[in-house]
Parts: sequence; C-alpha cells; structure tokens
Amino acid sequence: MRYLPLLLAGLFRKKTRTILTLLSVTVAFMLFGLLQSVTVAFESGADAADAKRLLTIGRYSMIELLPMSYLRRIEQVPGVVGVANAEWFGARYQNESNAFPVFAVDPTRYLDMYPEFDIAADQREAFAKTRTGAVAGRRLADRFGWKVGQKLPIASEIHPKMDGDMSWEFDLVGIIDAEDPAVRANTDMVLINVAYFDEARQLGKGRTGWYVVRVADSSQARAVSARIDRLFANSPDETKTQPEKEFAVGFAKQIGDIGALISRILAAVFFTILILTGNTMAQSLRERIPELAILKTLGFSDVRVTALVLAESGLLLLIGGGVGMGAAIGMLPFLNQSTGGRFPPLFVTAETWLLAAAMAAGLALAIGLPPAWRAHRLRIVDALAGHR
Amino acid sequence: MRALRQIVQITLVNLLSLPQCLGTSLVVIVGIAGVAGVLVSVLSMSEGFRHTLASTGREDRVIMLRAGSDAEMSSNVSRDQAVLVGALPAIARDGAGRPLASAELVVMVDLPRRGQADPNNVPFRGVQPAAFAIRDEVRVVEGRPFDRGVREVIVGRRAAQQFEGLTVGSRIAFRDSDWTVVGIFSSGGDVHESEIWADAEAAASAYRRTGFQSVTARLADGESAGLADLTASIARDRRLSMTVFREPEYYAKQSKVLTTLINVLGYTVAAFMAVGATFGALNCMYSAIASRQVEIATLRAIGFGSTPVVVSVLIEALVLALLGGALGGGLAYLYCDGATLSTLNFDTFSQVAFDFRVTPGLILRGIAWALVIGALGGLPPAIRAARLPVTLALRAG
Repeated sequence: MRYLPLLLAGLFRKKTRTILTLLSVTVAFMLFGLLQSVTVAFESGADAADAKRLLTIGRYSMIELLPMSYLRRIEQVPGVVGVANAEWFGARYQNESNAFPVFAVDPTRYLDMYPEFDIAADQREAFAKTRTGAVAGRRLADRFGWKVGQKLPIASEIHPKMDGDMSWEFDLVGIIDAEDPAVRANTDMVLINVAYFDEARQLGKGRTGWYVVRVADSSQARAVSARIDRLFANSPDETKTQPEKEFAVGFAKQIGDIGALISRILAAVFFTILILTGNTMAQSLRERIPELAILKTLGFSDVRVTALVLAESGLLLLIGGGVGMGAAIGMLPFLNQSTGGRFPPLFVTAETWLLAAAMAAGLALAIGLPPAWRAHRLRIVDALAGHR
Repeated sequence: MRALRQIVQITLVNLLSLPQCLGTSLVVIVGIAGVAGVLVSVLSMSEGFRHTLASTGREDRVIMLRAGSDAEMSSNVSRDQAVLVGALPAIARDGAGRPLASAELVVMVDLPRRGQADPNNVPFRGVQPAAFAIRDEVRVVEGRPFDRGVREVIVGRRAAQQFEGLTVGSRIAFRDSDWTVVGIFSSGGDVHESEIWADAEAAASAYRRTGFQSVTARLADGESAGLADLTASIARDRRLSMTVFREPEYYAKQSKVLTTLINVLGYTVAAFMAVGATFGALNCMYSAIASRQVEIATLRAIGFGSTPVVVSVLIEALVLALLGGALGGGLAYLYCDGATLSTLNFDTFSQVAFDFRVTPGLILRGIAWALVIGALGGLPPAIRAARLPVTLALRAG
C-alpha cells in the first residue's frame, strides 16, 4: 500500500497513453464478461438440473409424442416417487412465432416436480382448480406487462381447437419466479392446464410430449431410467429416459460448440491486447530507465524495483479488468430486459470472475515480466550513463 | 507542387526507414491484424449463413402448408389435399404431364455429431419422385438415388460431414428398422444439404403416418400472377385450407431468430474489438511518433512544411494499417473459410449446417476498418508533432 502513490505516479506519467491502454483493456474485459455470460447461459440448463429428475422422451426423437397412459405405468416403476406429463403447445403471440414456450401440464404434478420454482400457494391452488388457467414466468410477465387475473390470448401453431380455430385463450392465475438466475431461465414459459387443453384440441388427444420423473435416490437414476425404457421396449412407442442434466447438456450441444467459438474469439481479442499493451509497457519502461536507476541508487533492491514494475502492470490490469467486468455486469440487466423469454437470462457467475482474475493475472505477468526482467538486470552506472 | 514533392520525399524516407523501427511497426500491424481478423471471421459466419439461406429456394417454387401454420413441423396436409393441390392448373407439369408437386413429410431423427455421443435433431424428409424434377439443383454426388418404397436414404453433403455414420453403405437405425445410406447429395449449398431424404411412402409407413406436412411445387407461371392464381384457386376450394409461401420467403422466415442471433453476435464482437484495438493502435502510433519528435522537428527546421509532415505521417499509419488489415483478412481466410458449423435453428427445432465464407467483399471491409483505425490512430499524433514548436521539440529530444 505504501507504494501505491509511486505506482500511480509511474502509471500516469503520460496520462493519454495510460488512459488509452486502460480503455483497451477495459473494452477487452467487457467483451470477456459479456461473451462468457452467453456461454454460461447456454450451459446453465445443466446447472439448474436436479439429480433426482429424469426425462422420458420418444426413443427416436424428442418431438415424438407418447401415450398419456404411460403416466400410471411409469408411476409404478420401483424407485419412482412422482411423474408429470408435459406437452409443447407451439405458441404464437402477437404474431410472433415461438415468442415463448408454452407447456400443457397437469398443474399439481408438474409444479411438484420443480420445488425450486417460487409460486404463491393461493396461485398454485387457483392454477390446479381453473381449467382454463395459466401461470407465467416473471420475466415474461414483465416483458409483456401481464397482470394476474387477465386473459391471455395465445395462438397455437400446432393445435387447432375442435372447431379448427387456432386461437386459444387462457386466464392468467399466477406468476412463477426463482431466485437463482440459472433456474430463472427455466421459468421463461407459460404453463397451461392439460385437462382443458386435451379436451379442447382436435389432434393428438391422449398423447403427450414428455414425462418428468422424480426418483427417490439420485444414485438409482440410471437403474430407474433403464427400468422405464425396458417397460416400453418393443412397443409402438419406445422411450428414452435420461437424467435431466444429461438431457440439458445434450440439448446445449445441439446449439453447437458455442463455447469453443467464443473462446477462440476471446483468444484473438486478448492476444491483440497483449501485443498492444505489452508494447506500451515496454516503451514506458524504456523512458524511465534513469528513474529506475535513481531508485536503485537510493537503496531500492533489485527485487523491489522488479516488483514495482510488475505491480504496475498488475495495477493496470486490475483497474482495466475490474472496470470492464463491472461495465459488463452493468449492461446485463438491460440486455436481459429486452430478451425475456427469447434468450435465457445472462449473468456473471463466480467462475467467470475467477476466470477473469486468472486472465488478468496472466496478462499482467506476460506484459510486466519482460520490462521487469530488464529492470532487474539494470546496472546503475550503465543506466545513468546511457541516458544523457 | 512543392508541398507535394515534400510529401513524397518524407513519405519515402519514412517508409524506407520502417524496417529500422521494426518492433513498433510490427506491433501496430499485428494489433490491427487482430481486429481485422476477428472482424472478418465473425462476419464470415453471418455471410455463410446468409448465403445458405439465399441459395435455398427459388422464386418460381412454392411451399404449401396447413392454413395458419408457418413451419413444416407444425403443419399437416392430408393425402387428398396433396392430390387436389397437385391437380390445380397453376402448378407446372413435367414432359409426361405429371404435376411438379411433391408432398413431403418431415420428422427428426437423433444422430450424434462426429466423434460425440449426444443426439442432435437432424431433419429427415420423405419426398415424392417429383421432388428431384422440382428441385433440379439436387445432384447425387456419391452413390445412387434411393429406390422407391424401400428403406433407403440419401444424405445431404453437410449432414454427412457433420454427423456420425452417414457414409454410403452404412446403415442407420431409427423407427422400426435399419435404413441404408445409398447416396450423398448436394443442392447448391442450401439448407437441404443438412437433411436426410427418403422416399415419402417408405418414410410414411415407418412412421405410421397417413398425411404429409407440406407440398412443394413449381409454379406454371413464376411471376406474381401465377402465385395469385394458385392462392385464388386454393381459396376457392373449401377442402383446401392451405397457406402458400414462395420458397425464399418461407426459408428466410424459418431462420429469422438464428439470423438475428448470428448478426448480433458478429457485429457486437466486431464493434467491441474495433473500439478496444483502436485505443491500442492509437497508443502505439502515439508512441511511435513521440519517439520521432526530434526527427520531425529536424525536418521542419530544414524547411519542410507542417502539412507535408502530417500527411506523410498519416500515410505511414495508413500503410501499416493496410498491411495489418490484409494480414488479418488473410489469416481469417486461412482459418475460417470453408469451416462448417452446424447449429440448432430455433424456428425449425432442427440442425442446420453452413460454411463460413470469407468473401473478397468481407476482406475489403476488414481492410476498410483497418484503414479507419489507422487514420484515427495516426492523425492526432501527426498533428501534435507538426504543431509542437520546433525549438521545444528539438530540446525535448
């Protein structure tokens, strides 16, 4: 701490230069924070997964429908403590295709599966009791300005009603939310009551998209999955059951290797910053060689002078990285507000901070070491003689 | 005239002495190359996807879906409707008088990417024989076409590259039985190259379907009159509650979300990168000029005007930027051009593959950005150097 004024004086010896360097480091870390939050958002499905939840889907593709009668049969499989059915509604809202996911579910069964969702007890009860009831995620309700008690006119792209009409209307009876941002991504949806939906729809009656299964013991997850699939083997509708996490990871991979793509972009960004900032640091040191020599003359040891030079590049990265990450975090709420339901919420995790700190430390070393080494080997006589 | 001669002289001296300040010049070049390289790479992704979309579908072809539906996955068309629609006079005929209309069914099959185990939604399209006459860009490039009524498939070129086990002669297991891959097809780089095709009847029987999802047809008259005619005759027949889209319109709509996502990602990254590196490049230019203060002051002391000095410094910056831009563009071309990316199209819920395309236009754009950065980075320090009083500058050295 004692040396902070000295470090700052060294850094801001040429204000324009340092400010420009800081800005480029800041922008790099801002980009890092934003892109990293995108990667995290794509992968957060797996983090929000519950080890005791399994998903049962059609064996050949997740878009195949399964008979509703499987519910009771899965329920009887040893190790299973609860089952919920769900089906894709294919929503169109305000003429926007797939504006948000809508699932037709059995209210009580489905919400029992996801204890991490927050919903008021009376709203939950209202959802179970209202045939035309619906509950919506907090972010969606905020984005569209929905209020509990209003009608929700949502069209389906898949399911006509008995009279062939594709437009449906539900009563919004509740709001679901979650504390954890990774879980909140899973609440970007509207749930409707399957009892009403199945009765009113024209096609696919008695069938459902997938089942969510809760097992008593997560170590039994694989064994129970195999038992369920064996139950329906060689039937017209074979199943594929897997832990929720595996499903989420697999689904994230469908999007492709976004993580690798983003890492490559960031590598190029940081490489460029490294070159540019490294050059500036070297230049700044060259100009200060006589000053360093004087420091040494005053009795500063070689190690201390080296440490000072290193600390300077550390401080540069600390300020730039910190401000950059801070700016990224500051931007996220605005981004999230405008994407509610279309894109999972972006957030910066502790890991991202750690990664940023590691990047900053690595860069500080890479940038600071060469000049620091030079400062270390500096001989007072040469340094003082060489300049003027 | 004199100013011009001075500019040429100083510029020549500057450029010839570039190799002597190799370190600084190199830093500027590499920094700018980084920006241009990232810019061109991310934009080549958008460009590739746009190209794939743009080459899908033709103006004289239409796709017909159930009324109210705008995606094949959520549509269904009955067998009767398919036959009725094919018989309409607005649909073109082949030489033998058969309608150029193909009723198709689309399902998803789960296939792992090469070297991975997780399933991906790969579109599996059952097509009627007319499909090949309608889409005459489809060529079987390896193996042979599938036979009618049997469980054989041909695989799009990109799907074959991306997913496991799609080589000619291999067998893939889905729905009831094994299907044999008998051929690989190309279709001019469009989205169908990400699909697997089979005979519609074989696919329908395996999936126990009676109906189809869409009918693709060629218009007898590709102009808007032909389309209006078809739409009108469909509207007249109460049995046909169907919506007609021109193919390009349909496929563009099918990719709206993905197009936006790719563009937003590309331009955001490029913009950040440009801003960040401009600061860096500015810095390097500043220091490069600052270290030549004495040189510049000497030039002015022996009679060179300040405008020639500014212009020549600017030219030097632009030359470095040009080199950097070209280097970045070249690297992007080496690394990205032709690389294939397969991702989930959120609108169709299925995989679509496309190639990164580094076009000359993109490289020029990268170089243009580089030149702007060079100008921004070079001009202020040049002006500063030229305005500094000669005596002061000489003494400062």
